[in-house]
Amino acid sequence: MNETVFSAPVSPVGEPVRIDISQLEKSLRRPRSAFSFVLSVLVGLMTITALVPLFSVIFMLLVRGGKKLSMSALTELPPSAFELGGGFGNAIAGTVIMVGIAALISVPVGIIAAVFLAEVAPESRLAKVVRMCAKLMTDFPSILAGVFAYGAVVLITGGFSAAAGGIALSILMLPTVMLTAEEAIRMVPSKIREAALGMGATQVQTVWMVLLPTAFPGILTGIMLAVARAAGETAPLLFTALFSNYWLASDGKIDLMQPTASLAVLIYNFSAMPFENQVELAWAAALVLVLMVLTVNLTGQALSRNRTE
Amino acid sequence: MSLAPQCSLNSVSNGDKDGVVIDCDVRELYYGKFKAVRDTRIAIERGKITAFIGPSGCGKSTVLRCLNRMNDLVRGFRFEGQVCFQGTDIYHNSIDPVAVRRYIGMVFQQPNPFAMSIFRNVAFGLKLNGYKGDKAERVENALRRAALWDEVKDKLHDSGLSLSGGQQQRLCIARAIATQPQVLLMDEPCSALDPIATRRIEDLMLELKQNFTIVIVTHNLQQAQRVADKTGFLYVDTTQGGRTGYLVEYGETRQIFEDPVEKYTQDYISGRFS
Repeated sequence: MNETVFSAPVSPVGEPVRIDISQLEKSLRRPRSAFSFVLSVLVGLMTITALVPLFSVIFMLLVRGGKKLSMSALTELPPSAFELGGGFGNAIAGTVIMVGIAALISVPVGIIAAVFLAEVAPESRLAKVVRMCAKLMTDFPSILAGVFAYGAVVLITGGFSAAAGGIALSILMLPTVMLTAEEAIRMVPSKIREAALGMGATQVQTVWMVLLPTAFPGILTGIMLAVARAAGETAPLLFTALFSNYWLASDGKIDLMQPTASLAVLIYNFSAMPFENQVELAWAAALVLVLMVLTVNLTGQALSRNRTE
Repeated sequence: MSLAPQCSLNSVSNGDKDGVVIDCDVRELYYGKFKAVRDTRIAIERGKITAFIGPSGCGKSTVLRCLNRMNDLVRGFRFEGQVCFQGTDIYHNSIDPVAVRRYIGMVFQQPNPFAMSIFRNVAFGLKLNGYKGDKAERVENALRRAALWDEVKDKLHDSGLSLSGGQQQRLCIARAIATQPQVLLMDEPCSALDPIATRRIEDLMLELKQNFTIVIVTHNLQQAQRVADKTGFLYVDTTQGGRTGYLVEYGETRQIFEDPVEKYTQDYISGRFS
């Protein structure tokens, strides 16, 4: 053990240290350097190993999904059992609409709740309870959100619908939006808060004109994370939006109270079918879903970067 | 403000009452159970620079923050006494602390511009007050008076954070004076700046004195000597177990530095306290 420790000569008190230049040179023959080198290599290898599953999934998606990806796949309705061609246009629209509904619910509620948690009464009992519940809910099995929306919306309104799907997804998005927004608001330096209050800003003005704009990049990151998660959820939609082979419209108008297709459920349904065409469409849909989530994330990053510069 | 609570403090010990903008009488000031300041009576005179000096922890910043009720934001803050701003007790129940802060501006130790453009930083106070007139004119005027206009006139829409530390502090001064407050409180405004930037801020204070009443907290005795007309020396009383700050001596700067009455003041000025 002693050999691995670098032994610089300790000179007696009062005498200057003499430095042996050869001791300062890098050399793999010294056990300490060799050990360091081996560890570096090991860490590099581990990192690559951890990335293998990720890259293989992306590779598979590109190879198998890319084959079927075409304009018609993006715009047409799903094919029936032995039909060839077809697409998943209605599923893309359904996913966008339901995630949109979920965001419309969870973003305002989440941000307002975050303002309460971070600014209004951070130490109150209510805030502590809400925070704990939100932390529990981030690990909420997503199927429970579906069961809840089934009981609370589907049974009451009398049918599967995009609205019910959106509500189920919003339950999953809310804790993420809320907790990241709270964190982002807390991260605003207290000197900025003081500056606003010192100018004679009221609490509302401070939150609205200073804290939220300053915390915007962080809040946006949370929203993006939540959107990305919601877009890929299947289980809650099975109970609420179900699936549909048709566009989400009646009489030429968008109708949110009908069963609605989504990419996630389409992938789930089609990948288990015995028909080649459907399985290929499922792969293409998976690729589209990943690209959509990626686009949302990149847009969010670009927006927040512009904002902070 | 017609129903404003009248101040019950009698005229100031050493001078004409009309020249006094803020008459501050801190009898006792607590943070929770901690008694931070006691017996501090300071009359801030119009158009002058008043400096608070004293060792760390003597409560100079605390007293300064009483003057525009910034201490209200600290949990457990309790105040006994009066702060009379133009004859009105600003600690009276009927007074809105937010409104007080619009008449008494503040500049902090760390430059703290908002993460927005230089223009919007300066216009912030105007926006708060719903100012309807020509914002650009007011912003330019404030930046000129803060001696920053020439450096930023071509980049008013750059972020306030892109400026150097000294420029940021002058931006904060411009922001504070854009709404024409009566009094400007400065809490060690130069302690985060280099000597050149410090000198510029000091020159600026002497300039601003013509339009504003300035109260400054400083650790730097030379700074107090250079800029202040009046100086208050606060010291820490540890005799009752706690660390309670109190005003030892208050007077003309020249008198405090050259001919102090109290022994503590003399010791501090001559550097006999570390």
